[in-house]
Amino acid sequence: MAEKTALAIIGGGPAGLAAAAAAYDCGITDITIFERDNELGGILNQCIHNGFGLHTFGEELTGPEYAARFIEKVKERGICCETGSMVLSISPDREITVVSKAKGLRVIQADAVILAMGCRERPRGALNIPGFRPQGIYTAGTAQKLVNCEGFLPGKEVVILGSGDIGLIMARRMTLEGAHVKAVAELMPYSGGLKRNIVQCLDDYKIPLLLSHTVVDIKGKRKLEGVTIAEVDATSTPIPGTEQYYECDTLLLSCGLIPENELTLTAGIKINGMTNGPEVDDRLTTSAEGIFACGNVLHVHDLVDFVSEEAGRAGRNAARFISGEGAKEHEPDIHRVIAGNGVRYTVPCTVDTANTDEELHIRFRVRNVYKGCTITVSTGDGVIVSKKKRITVPSEMEDVIIKPDKLGAITGDITVSIEEGRV
Amino acid sequence: MKYDAVIIGAGVVGCAAARELSRYELKILVIDRESDVCEGTSKANSAIIHAGFDAEPGTLKAKLNVQGNALMDRLSDELDIPFKRVGAMVVCYGDDELPKLRNLLERGETNGVKGLKILNRDDALALEPNLADEVYAALYAPTSGIVCPFEMTLAFAENAYMNDAEFMLSAEVTGIEKTADGFTVKTTKDDVEAGIVINCAGVYADRIHDMVCEPSFSVTPRRGEYLLLDRNAGKTVGCTIFQLPTKMGKGILVSPTVHGNLLLGPTADDTDDREFTATTRDGLDSVKKKSALSVKNIPYGQVITSFSGLRATGSTGDFIIREDEKIKGFIDAAGIESPGLTSAPAIALYIKDIVSGILPLREKADFDPIRKGIPKLASMPAEERAELIRQRPDYGQIVCRCEQISEGEILDSIERPLGATTLDGVKRRVRAGMGRCQAGFCSPKVIDMLAKKQGISYGGVKKNG
Amino acid sequence: MTRELICIGCPMGCELTAEVEDGKVISVTGNTCGVGKKYAETEITAPVRTVTSTVMSDKGKPVPVKSAGAVPKDKIFDVMKDIKSAVVTLPVKIGDVAVTDAAGTGVDIIVTKESF
Repeated sequence: MAEKTALAIIGGGPAGLAAAAAAYDCGITDITIFERDNELGGILNQCIHNGFGLHTFGEELTGPEYAARFIEKVKERGICCETGSMVLSISPDREITVVSKAKGLRVIQADAVILAMGCRERPRGALNIPGFRPQGIYTAGTAQKLVNCEGFLPGKEVVILGSGDIGLIMARRMTLEGAHVKAVAELMPYSGGLKRNIVQCLDDYKIPLLLSHTVVDIKGKRKLEGVTIAEVDATSTPIPGTEQYYECDTLLLSCGLIPENELTLTAGIKINGMTNGPEVDDRLTTSAEGIFACGNVLHVHDLVDFVSEEAGRAGRNAARFISGEGAKEHEPDIHRVIAGNGVRYTVPCTVDTANTDEELHIRFRVRNVYKGCTITVSTGDGVIVSKKKRITVPSEMEDVIIKPDKLGAITGDITVSIEEGRV
Repeated sequence: MKYDAVIIGAGVVGCAAARELSRYELKILVIDRESDVCEGTSKANSAIIHAGFDAEPGTLKAKLNVQGNALMDRLSDELDIPFKRVGAMVVCYGDDELPKLRNLLERGETNGVKGLKILNRDDALALEPNLADEVYAALYAPTSGIVCPFEMTLAFAENAYMNDAEFMLSAEVTGIEKTADGFTVKTTKDDVEAGIVINCAGVYADRIHDMVCEPSFSVTPRRGEYLLLDRNAGKTVGCTIFQLPTKMGKGILVSPTVHGNLLLGPTADDTDDREFTATTRDGLDSVKKKSALSVKNIPYGQVITSFSGLRATGSTGDFIIREDEKIKGFIDAAGIESPGLTSAPAIALYIKDIVSGILPLREKADFDPIRKGIPKLASMPAEERAELIRQRPDYGQIVCRCEQISEGEILDSIERPLGATTLDGVKRRVRAGMGRCQAGFCSPKVIDMLAKKQGISYGGVKKNG
Repeated sequence: MTRELICIGCPMGCELTAEVEDGKVISVTGNTCGVGKKYAETEITAPVRTVTSTVMSDKGKPVPVKSAGAVPKDKIFDVMKDIKSAVVTLPVKIGDVAVTDAAGTGVDIIVTKESF
């Protein structure tokens, strides 16, 4: 006979913790958080830098401090947390197979599930960087874990490929620990990370950021000896003659994050090709009934505050689902959300305007750098939200909010688009 | 120290020979310059157990391929080697190429390959729906298979070790001298005395040969680049899809692996650099372009790694497996390019026959042919897995989340005989770090386990070599 | 003289333009809130940063720490020197002082993660 829990939350990082607390506050007390690591907090434990929590707490916290606030919330509420527990599969009817050292291999039936597994870094192989495969190549996050959690500095002469936030943060971190960061190369003509990180992590330490550059060769059969960096053209193809050799013992990769949805696939849930996360509606429900998703497993965020907010919604919606509230009270009135001009994707993909009483968040990323632009949300009857922006960049997620009183005005598809000014 | 037989090279051929010879009352030593077995060509190839229709009839390649293929079922049972007879197809693109397929079929039948048949497009599509639209017909070989080349090599090595063969690793052979009753093999570690020397040195086999014999052949490394795709892409094909062979090899193949990934490659470029195991932009591009000729819907976005291996292409066109004409007791197993992995078990028997012509071989009473691999919890039935975790709770602590490899399995890989001493060693034994994140998450923990076991700092833990 | 700056007060990263005369900030434009103005003023006259790092513990595992307030930018490496030579005795909780008055800045280095 399978064990039971009302709400199973897969992942005890910022998303899982916030979802758990929110669901509890909606009256669901039988909650289990499954965390594969031996402590709660997820990736925040290794993000020892500050900059977290401005939106949520109005102050600047480090990753572990931010995590501690939510861990406290979960502990205060007495929510059950199974650390060291790896969920192996989820069936479409929410049967969860989990394994741990303490309790062995178990099957648990959940009334609702919240997916909060986070994301992983794109490895070297997925980047198709040619050359040898020596010691000394790490993703930025792996290096971050080694430096911050294990106290091990993996190298002294460093080149970083990709200007994602973790790469920028690690450029500073390794510099502070005594390493020499020679350059950060970025394939795109703009940075993949937040502007503040470019200022604080690169400019402060005079680390050059080479935009439109990439690594074209890796030297060293056993140990990394150096990398060759070349400029790329508009199609990201290296330009012959621009190659420059950098001697180094460490290459860090910060070339994008991928939502980790292997478990999601075991439940047969539909994945969005643009986000690599599940397709969800405005209640953050996936294509499997009673299975919700939030945080970086849904789409990669830049700010943990946005993760917490989103996870809170997932928690509340899961609680509503479990208590049967709002289940079939309304005739559904479903509208598609379309990524229009300049918009790469939207979360959610659909909205049921008859079945929501919360304000509607539409989150998205733009395709390019746009200056002096306007974000518009339009439906059959015209524009319902219009928001001017000094600048929008692909590396910073946008969030438009539609107030509940405007939802009634929606007819047909909801299209989110950018009116340019593009640079 | 005096050994009856010293085997130079701990690749699949050297380890298979060691295992075969460990059946007999012989004192055996395997020497390799690397710190682990399976560090050369054996770790970077197509992982195919070829049917045997490709090699020219009458050659050693033809004979040993078909024999080797036939031995795999039993070896897989005895040595716990992941092996699947998934079959293979060679595709062609038009009526004008049909004679070439027929040639292959006839050649295969002459070589003794069973079950070959030519399929028209519809019949081929029924088996492989993702064949490219241009595919016209295919030669189908049901006896072709796929194997884990790491575990195959390790299994031979471990079983040889269990049966008292010794291994001297991290020892590069620097010279060989003929003595009155054998050889002195000089290495960067110890010098050893050998009655017989068996040269299984892969791309360096000609250099080893020339240390004590008159030059009689050369080895040219032929580089092959590969792309490995995520397990989510593994079902793109069910069997191995070849293109019609050229004189440089069997062309670009598209194949499932025994672990459910999809493998594309190899290219074929002769090189004079025996250490040139790097990939190149052109090579990787070419693998993509050419694989698309035989199979459609390959999700190239799901590439998780690329690698390159060096085939040891001999100057005679065939395997060179013989006792040197002048220097008696020196046996070459050289030029072992494709189908070398398939042939390895048969090459081992062939070497044993040569040895038996030099020394009398007496079977050991206590030879144990059975080697049990590290339990693979991720692919085990739930009941069995649950029971194992009850016995050993560390089998329940997942360290490598992509491949679902537990702390217990990693510990086994480090602690068993000829255990892993490097990150790559752990990866080849239990697949921790072999998955889609390519060791991003598990390497700090694996580094910690290796450091503790060896009593060294994190900085001392090596990725390879 | 004008100086272009990117505000690091929050993730918005406003692009600021400051008019500077005799080392003094006359005006700031491009900011969307008061933080930007203040940032430009301090960044030009006396730039400061919060330092985050780890302190080694007596049990050989690093413990994350931060400077309790911002320190002068040119003191960052001096502060790091003090952080690297310090050892904390476990257990520690958030807010415990790991280094007092780091590099003479008057700012303490405090623990940011409960560790035991």
